[in-house]
Amino acid sequence: MEYRIKTEVCVIGAGHAGCEAALACARLGLDTTIFTMNVDSIAMMPCNPHIGGSSKGHLVREIDALGGEMGKNIDKTFIQSKMLNVSKGPAVHSLRAQADKAEYSKEMRRVLEGQEQLHIRQAEVTEILLEEAEASAASEDKLRDKALDRPEDTSASSEDKARNKSRDRSTDRSEDSIVERKGGKRVTGVRIVTGTVYECRAVIVCTGTYLNARCLVGECITETGPSGMQRSELLSASLESAGIPLRRFKTGTPARMDGRSLDYSKMTVQQGDPVVVPFSYSTDPAEVQIEQFPCYLTYTNEETHHIIRENIDRSPIYAGIIEGTGPRYCPSIEDKVVKFAEKTRHQVFIEPEGRGTNEVYVDGMSSSMPDDVQQRMYRTVPGLEHCEIIKNAYAIEYDCINANILKPTLEIKDIYGLFCAGQFNGSSGYEEAAAQGLIAGINAAMEFKGKEPLIIERSEGYIGVLIDDLVSKDNREPYRMMTSRAEYRLLLRQDNADLRLRRYGYRVGLITREQYEALCNKEEAIHKEIERLKRVKVGGSRPVQEFLAAKNSAELKTACSLAELLCRPELDYDALAGLDPDRPKYSRSVTEQVEIEIRYEGYIERQRRQVEQFEKLERRHIPEDIDYDEVKSLRIEARQKLKQYRPASIGQATRLSGVTPADVQVLLIYLEKFKK
Amino acid sequence: MALPVKNTNEDTIAAAATAMTEAGIGIIRVSGPEAFSACDRIFRNAAGKRALLSYAANTIHFGHIVDPESPAEAAKQMNIVDEVMISVMKSPHSYTTEDTVEINSHGGVYVMNRILQLVLDQGVRLAEPGEFTKRAFFGGRIDLAEAEAVMDMISSQNEFAMKTAARQMTGEVSSKICSLRERVLHELAFIEAAIDDPENYDTESYPEILHTAVAGLIEEMDALLLYADDSRIIKEGVRTAIIGRPNAGKSSLMNYLVGSERAIVTEIAGTTRDTLEESVRIGGALLHLTDTAGIRETEDIVEQIGVGRARQAIEDADLVIFVIDASLPLSAEEKEIAEAMEKALHRGAKGIVLLNKSDLVKSELALRETEKEAMDLFHANKNSKISSPLFLSASLLTGSGMGLLKEEILRLFHVGELKERNEPYLVSRRHAEAVSNARRSLDLVRQSIEAGLSEDFYSIDLMNCYAELGKILGEQVEDDLAEEIFSKFCLGK
Repeated sequence: MEYRIKTEVCVIGAGHAGCEAALACARLGLDTTIFTMNVDSIAMMPCNPHIGGSSKGHLVREIDALGGEMGKNIDKTFIQSKMLNVSKGPAVHSLRAQADKAEYSKEMRRVLEGQEQLHIRQAEVTEILLEEAEASAASEDKLRDKALDRPEDTSASSEDKARNKSRDRSTDRSEDSIVERKGGKRVTGVRIVTGTVYECRAVIVCTGTYLNARCLVGECITETGPSGMQRSELLSASLESAGIPLRRFKTGTPARMDGRSLDYSKMTVQQGDPVVVPFSYSTDPAEVQIEQFPCYLTYTNEETHHIIRENIDRSPIYAGIIEGTGPRYCPSIEDKVVKFAEKTRHQVFIEPEGRGTNEVYVDGMSSSMPDDVQQRMYRTVPGLEHCEIIKNAYAIEYDCINANILKPTLEIKDIYGLFCAGQFNGSSGYEEAAAQGLIAGINAAMEFKGKEPLIIERSEGYIGVLIDDLVSKDNREPYRMMTSRAEYRLLLRQDNADLRLRRYGYRVGLITREQYEALCNKEEAIHKEIERLKRVKVGGSRPVQEFLAAKNSAELKTACSLAELLCRPELDYDALAGLDPDRPKYSRSVTEQVEIEIRYEGYIERQRRQVEQFEKLERRHIPEDIDYDEVKSLRIEARQKLKQYRPASIGQATRLSGVTPADVQVLLIYLEKFKK
Repeated sequence: MALPVKNTNEDTIAAAATAMTEAGIGIIRVSGPEAFSACDRIFRNAAGKRALLSYAANTIHFGHIVDPESPAEAAKQMNIVDEVMISVMKSPHSYTTEDTVEINSHGGVYVMNRILQLVLDQGVRLAEPGEFTKRAFFGGRIDLAEAEAVMDMISSQNEFAMKTAARQMTGEVSSKICSLRERVLHELAFIEAAIDDPENYDTESYPEILHTAVAGLIEEMDALLLYADDSRIIKEGVRTAIIGRPNAGKSSLMNYLVGSERAIVTEIAGTTRDTLEESVRIGGALLHLTDTAGIRETEDIVEQIGVGRARQAIEDADLVIFVIDASLPLSAEEKEIAEAMEKALHRGAKGIVLLNKSDLVKSELALRETEKEAMDLFHANKNSKISSPLFLSASLLTGSGMGLLKEEILRLFHVGELKERNEPYLVSRRHAEAVSNARRSLDLVRQSIEAGLSEDFYSIDLMNCYAELGKILGEQVEDDLAEEIFSKFCLGK
């Protein structure tokens, strides 16, 4: 007799995706069990020691706006913080913080442990249990009984009225409308390595780089997960037998060194910002003004490159040992040397791994060269002449899916209740993983409650771009978020993630009413202040002219509004205080928006118009039951792609590779006729 | 793996591909999955055998079209309808990208109709107007600009338009726009790369580089736009309003122009005081002439209607010809007409003031006087080249000066230059609009650079520019574009 345990949602993996997914589900009132190969690896950062950075910082802000945990966790555990690209426009400003890795992991574990209805289980999940969806009508009642079995919801915090409300609703089984579906399979539970079955209605697969992983250091291959962790060996077969095709991706990480062996005097020191901006909208900025740790910059040189070229045949990739596809945008030092042969040096950043350790991370020099080559190559870098390696650089290969089998909700098409997130979906990066984990968790909960799923549009957030790219495009390498992937980036700034997404967080129930009301007040304040600045005029009086002269700003010829003055590059909101004695007192978060909205009004307006065009096509929904064989003039290739991806909208169809604009025009005309 | 692009329309269509007239040769085109089998049933080779299905792709064969239903056929004797050459094109290597058969028959309405009917009897449907082109577009064989050109070609009304359409069809406009668009894309790509990989892309001197590139693009777009209006007007025909006070010689001018050339369209219903419309060809240009009733204020209801129409004609005109009786002093009505004409000139129309009845004017000096007076009617913007009309003296009675009038009309619309210029033309209003929007976006990029903004701001307007150019090529999916274009083809009838 097998041992069975009842839960509602199972999350496989407790990395950055798994943690967000599990927290979202539990916070939305579902009994959730999170499985990890090792509880000491919860929210582990097996690669670089920072959170955020160009475009990834945006993701963290968005995760926070929606009610996720990553931003709060890094605010509690960072040791250096920097706003990148401040010399450029506001669209590309991006926050990056160096984490104390051990603390980050510990802190996240504390949060998971403190979460009601969230159970942590150290065990390898070996099998996902499915049943035919047709058969599920009969088991519907069984599922409901199962749901009722869960412990009474006693965790409702008093300050969280909104969440209470949604929880009340979720415990009301009569509202649990399970959408009737035709065909396909449905998740019923998972089996762990001991044979025990966890019965549930939703599974979120967040296996990261653990599935059938192998690590390579030159000729030395170990069958382990990241950082020597035990890999997961049996789940791949279960997934494949469920009809989920797997593929093999690869990624890599540089060496960790003993910081005492480095000569920092030969490097450029890189300090954090004097005034730190927190990631989370809930963090009090006063709390993050801590003493920071420096990073250091040094460079590779011709000698480094020479050693690499000499030994390139010993690199597992170039020797053909690695089968997986690696990320183009996060290349190993071997790749850089081969692909940018004309470059005489590459940047190397030395970053601390944490407060309580000497270990440092050698950013920019990930490698899978044999140990001896690594030793020699690193030692050519100024400051690293006597470096002692603690952990070798290595490449890791793992099983993952092509995310084009997913809906934009991150649920597998035709397997109801099976959601996927993170590196398992073919992405790379902690932030990308966390963002997907959060969305998968929210949507698993929404499906459970019979509510509208949460799909962020490309025009609403980097999260939308990330997920749309993953599910619509033919990604052949680990997908990394990049600023250039976001078409509407002037609107998707890191400074306005709350204005863009907080209402969604509120709608799904992860943001409280108080938080939501604070957002509404902020919006109103921004609006009112912009109006006021456009209205209030200053004349060319003597004090005004003197004031402007003092700021190196040209004299006024005629009266002009404060808004017009704000557009002068040499002036900003604070500088205008002297001309604006009656200004209301607003927080920096409000005046920052006011400044950006006024200064870049024309650009913002033009980008908004682009979004309108875009959304027009996004709103043209393609019926789920469309028969592409009926659409006569489609080319065969386009027809195959459309059948395979089943895009939800014309907009999504335009982004499928292999579908030309002419094909989309055909489709548009067909839909017109279809409508009539 | 790339699959061959194959079109999969279910039904097979046929139509006469050449005019059904008493010409020397006429072509019936059959396209679709059943094209071969349908034609096979009605075609016999020189030896009298059914052989079409055995022909290799892209070959042409001699044989006969027969009526398979006729009693003679039943008796194994050929009932020959016509002697033909038949070309066989296999999908996707045909105009429509479908299996296509073209039957080159002896022209003539009867023969062509008979062959077409035989084809239709085989379960083939009569093609709708433009349907072959539509299939070519949907089959990915031609882009939108080319499809539009084919449509223009079919409906082109004169030599210039035909030539332009032909040029566009070979993709000249497309390739010009493509090259502009690629250069915009190149800049966009650089900016995107630089934003993501600041280590490997130096943007220090980039604003200057981009400024130069943008200036070059703007110059080329300006060149495209320079003749765009004229090209379009010449293609569609010059809407010409003839105005002037009664008896100034409007009708004589009309008769002169029409009489000397073959009228294409004849009188449109109306009263004698209504506007009269005629289309004539002068040199390489088509003129749609409107003779107006004059614009004098009047109590007469019928005349009032005429006045309203005259004003409308002036408002719509590409060319206004103002006929003045040079032998009489100018009146208040002439002043009024000049005002209306000036408005038209301001919005870009061209104008000619024709001082008629020069033969009745006593002296050259008197004629100069009248001309000066007429010039004074147009007081505004004498310096502006655009809004000043051209003054010509002539006599419709003797014909003196009339040759010059025709020359000047052609010159005003750059007909000669347009014919000689070897650059592609933007004859479509849609294309010109897109290029001018694209140009405006580039102007904004230039402003951003000059304002010292960083490169991430440039990309918004570069993207708009790229999208506008894409509209011409059909590379930019627009909600209602295909509808708009093919509606002219009577799509979905």
